[in-house]
Amino acid sequence: MTDWAIAVTPPRWRKWLLAETPQSRLQARLSRAYLSWVAFARNPLAMLGLVIVAILVFCAVFAPWVAPHNPIAGDLGNRLVAPGGEHWLGTDQQGRDIWSRIVYGSRTTLLIIFMVAITAAPVGIVIGATAGYLGGKVEAVLMRLTDAFLAFPKLVLALAFAAALGPGIENAVLAIALTSWPPYARIARAETLTVRGTDYIAAARISGASGMRILIGHIMPMCMPSLIVRVSLDMAGVILIAAGLGFLGLGVAPPQPEWGAMVSEGRSQILEQWWVCTYPGVAIFIVSLGFNLIGDGLRDVLDPREG
Amino acid sequence: MTEIVTESAAQPMIEIRDLSISFGQGADRVDAVKNVSFTVAPGESYGLVGESGSGKSTILRALAGLNPFWSGHMAIAGQKLAAKRPRALRRLVQMVFQDPYGSLHPKHTVDHILSEPLAIHGVEDVETRVRAALDRVGLGPEFRFRYPHQLSGGQRQRVAIARALILEPKVVLLDEPTSALDVSIQAEVLNLLTDLRQQLGLTYVLVSHDLGVVAHMCARLSIMRTGEVVETASADDLSEGRLLHAYSRQLLIASRGYDPAAIAAFGDF
Repeated sequence: MTDWAIAVTPPRWRKWLLAETPQSRLQARLSRAYLSWVAFARNPLAMLGLVIVAILVFCAVFAPWVAPHNPIAGDLGNRLVAPGGEHWLGTDQQGRDIWSRIVYGSRTTLLIIFMVAITAAPVGIVIGATAGYLGGKVEAVLMRLTDAFLAFPKLVLALAFAAALGPGIENAVLAIALTSWPPYARIARAETLTVRGTDYIAAARISGASGMRILIGHIMPMCMPSLIVRVSLDMAGVILIAAGLGFLGLGVAPPQPEWGAMVSEGRSQILEQWWVCTYPGVAIFIVSLGFNLIGDGLRDVLDPREG
Repeated sequence: MTEIVTESAAQPMIEIRDLSISFGQGADRVDAVKNVSFTVAPGESYGLVGESGSGKSTILRALAGLNPFWSGHMAIAGQKLAAKRPRALRRLVQMVFQDPYGSLHPKHTVDHILSEPLAIHGVEDVETRVRAALDRVGLGPEFRFRYPHQLSGGQRQRVAIARALILEPKVVLLDEPTSALDVSIQAEVLNLLTDLRQQLGLTYVLVSHDLGVVAHMCARLSIMRTGEVVETASADDLSEGRLLHAYSRQLLIASRGYDPAAIAAFGDF
């Protein structure tokens, strides 16, 4: 397989990135990142995933320009128009353009994914790494707490939280984040246990490093690769839970477009006007697939142990 | 047991009396080290020799402060060691580990590895010290921003030695510093360590199962077995074969290479 990523890169900064003897910490770090990127770019499926997610981000950022119609204001004269012509994915029962609603819905999806990733993953790594490094009673308490959260089915717990807190995007994020961190804590703890007894941690202790410094500077970086992989693989699940909450009316409040809610609204006409619930479903499917492909690609690059 | 009196300075750099270390509780209790005593003078290099599981590395880890579960008396430069030791005392004792592939953090550059101890102890002029440390172990400035995976085993061990020396310790603990290296590199690293000791006036405690390495590096040594010191000898005793204990003599014969006749005559201890 030819390596197109290397072939098209301008040679001067590539040379700088691939230097045998980096001149600064920044160069060493960038060089390392670049090599990972080259390995990632060799995987065509991972690149497909990246393209899908890039399109999602593009749609979310430039929604007003990408979407041809207003996603909220309907035209009741044009209810349930079949795909083709002006509304090329058709319209729903309130005469709203489905393509425009999918484009605007990507904002909701992306926001939920982003918020869940930046809340659940840090909570998981802090709890897991702390439990693994300190051991003893701290570990027992933290890991039993994790087990308790893990014992509930994710969707059911998210439903309970969303029902208790009321519908809305913040509450959906909170509900999903509260149910997503336990697996991250377990992964972080497992990684910490393998790292804890190594000589480089012993060397850090001998040099007088505090527990906090070892935890943040030495242990957490070792947990990151498997955690990043797991988070990107979980993104598909987060999209599905978010859509599930939307479908059950516990997600984003109408009339804001949300893919799960759109599927739900279209289910009464599923046989006659199939496009109303099919296209949002296809969007959910494609984006989930995109994140899964990225996750697989990242695993091959960052975490070669599990193949 | 013979006690060799070669104390030159009034106060020993390392003093260990009746050191015992055990792991586990009740029926699972393992006594790894039993009532070991020795002293090391400033600037001296002391060897601990023995087979795997003889407790030699356990003593080293306790001295380094990695194992708080010991009893007895340990002092470094006249300061008594306790389970928790102050930062200034930590600075006096540094360690070089056996496996250079496991003793450097895989995600830290050489620069990060060398400058972190300085940051912990609030030492100024990091830049010049890191350069000097690399230079001291014979690595050029081009190694400064490399990751450990870009270095050979010998280069990594040099980085590990540079890290141990960057805090300007008085005592360096060497845990089989060459046994994971190629034979051709071993001599280089041993000579480097010998030179550094003379230049910087360091005190070494060297743990090894290799009598040849210990004889080369150390003036005095203790031979250990199952957590006890079997015999204390000098390097001259070793080279002239003047060992008293039968186990020590077996170890010496074994270190001279494989001799079927001699090994057939070995006793079981």
